[in-house]
Amino acid sequence: MQRFEERPLLKVENLTKQYGPGCGECSQPGRPGLIKNYCPSCGTVYACSDVSLDVYPGEILGIVGESGSGKSTLMQCLYFDQDVTSGTLTIDDPELAGENLFDVSSQRKRYIRNHKYGMVYQNPVKGLRMDFSSISNIAEKQIAAGGRHVGQMQSAGERLLDVVSIPLFRMKEEPRNFSGGMQQRVQIAKALSNDPPILFLDEVTTGLDLSVQAAVIDLIKQIQRDLGISMIVVSHDLAVIRMLADRTLVMLNGRVIESGLTDQILEDPNHAYTQQLVYSLL
Amino acid sequence: MVMLEVKDFGKRFTSHHLNTTRKAVEGISFSLEQGGFIGIVGKSGSGKSTILKSIYRTYLPDEGEIWFDSERFGRIDLLKAEERQVIWLRKHEIGYVSQFLNVMPRTTARELVEQALLGMGESHEAATIKAEQSLRHFDLDERLWDTFPNTFSGGEKLRLNIAIATVKKPRLLLLDEPTASLDYQSKLKVREVIEKLKADGTTLVGIFHDLEFMEGLCDCVYDMNEKALRGMPEVQR
Repeated sequence: MQRFEERPLLKVENLTKQYGPGCGECSQPGRPGLIKNYCPSCGTVYACSDVSLDVYPGEILGIVGESGSGKSTLMQCLYFDQDVTSGTLTIDDPELAGENLFDVSSQRKRYIRNHKYGMVYQNPVKGLRMDFSSISNIAEKQIAAGGRHVGQMQSAGERLLDVVSIPLFRMKEEPRNFSGGMQQRVQIAKALSNDPPILFLDEVTTGLDLSVQAAVIDLIKQIQRDLGISMIVVSHDLAVIRMLADRTLVMLNGRVIESGLTDQILEDPNHAYTQQLVYSLL
Repeated sequence: MVMLEVKDFGKRFTSHHLNTTRKAVEGISFSLEQGGFIGIVGKSGSGKSTILKSIYRTYLPDEGEIWFDSERFGRIDLLKAEERQVIWLRKHEIGYVSQFLNVMPRTTARELVEQALLGMGESHEAATIKAEQSLRHFDLDERLWDTFPNTFSGGEKLRLNIAIATVKKPRLLLLDEPTASLDYQSKLKVREVIEKLKADGTTLVGIFHDLEFMEGLCDCVYDMNEKALRGMPEVQR
């Protein structure tokens, strides 16, 4: 049998994020004695414990789990919004080869964010400047990524707004005037404006009504198909994950408890929690 | 050439809710030549779908081997294949059709077939042409091509489903009771579709609940009760 010769684009090994000092008991391998993700003797909370994952080129990886399971913390650690306690992150890119990107300088982290990453937050307030025009929001990221030619940036920005179906006659308007779905689409346009090879999507369809949700899902799929961008999609909505992701991780109390092909996770779940999650599907 | 070889396959399900483990199937062995068509027959609950879903890896199997002759990977045990390999095989070499159509919202019938081709790396032009050929080949009314499948009838959904699964010319196609909810006329249509697939040289494994439908279509049947392959049984009329 031949092996698959592809290499992961983004690789995370044993990412741990703790709030608190940790003690002799909760620092043991496997962290026995935790109540959920909380150490009763020192009060440390383990938001993420030994999370490992691979994202392959052009792939959408899904992450599901209940509120508080560590999904968003994981995304924020990967996007350098938060520092990790321990763990390694590598990206298969000639510019970044062989480095643990959690350990590099903040200047270099900013470079990676500006050139390699796009991020779409659940709350557009975190990803957009609500009092700048939509096209300026996009320009901000383009400039951060090294763009200097105003004409080129403007036309690229218009093309992106068109991709996400924001009418161009409203591009000079501030996103605070827009509906939630429109804000989310401006955020996606902004996240794509530096041509990132990696895109993080954190609960992007939560709170949107059905038709807008369908439009956003459709847009994400289209981006994957046409641009070949690798994505991590976090959602507590199994239906969204089913539509988007080929592979899925299930998180509980800061740990990955099950991973597999998305349809296998949904139809043949093995972990008790995953079974419960699937039984809860409407 | 052997396309698919199932050896001592077994699958159990654990329910944490009931605290039980139940054996769905065990001791299943059969093999299938390229271009052949095996029908699986047996009572409801005898594990027919479990076999199909395990070949497709929707179920995580726990016993035995399922060898598939892959163009990309050579002879590969589907139970041990890496997830990324299974995803590749689903995109290019193995198709699965059931009576249910589970697709992206707000995507037209035409786009769905095109996307299957784009996912394989075909160009937009080639995808457009092949998608139309496929929809025409399986007799989906042309007026439906640019509409959304949510409102299709059972037969129309099924024909679209088959078009999506076969447009990539899979080496192996799994049919999981595709005719379950169809009336007699629609079933005859499906039969024609399957005859076309056979004529195209597709290797097939199928589950159908009526033997009459399978007569003259399958080369042989795998009987879940006897756990053995045999010729097509005579249908009592």
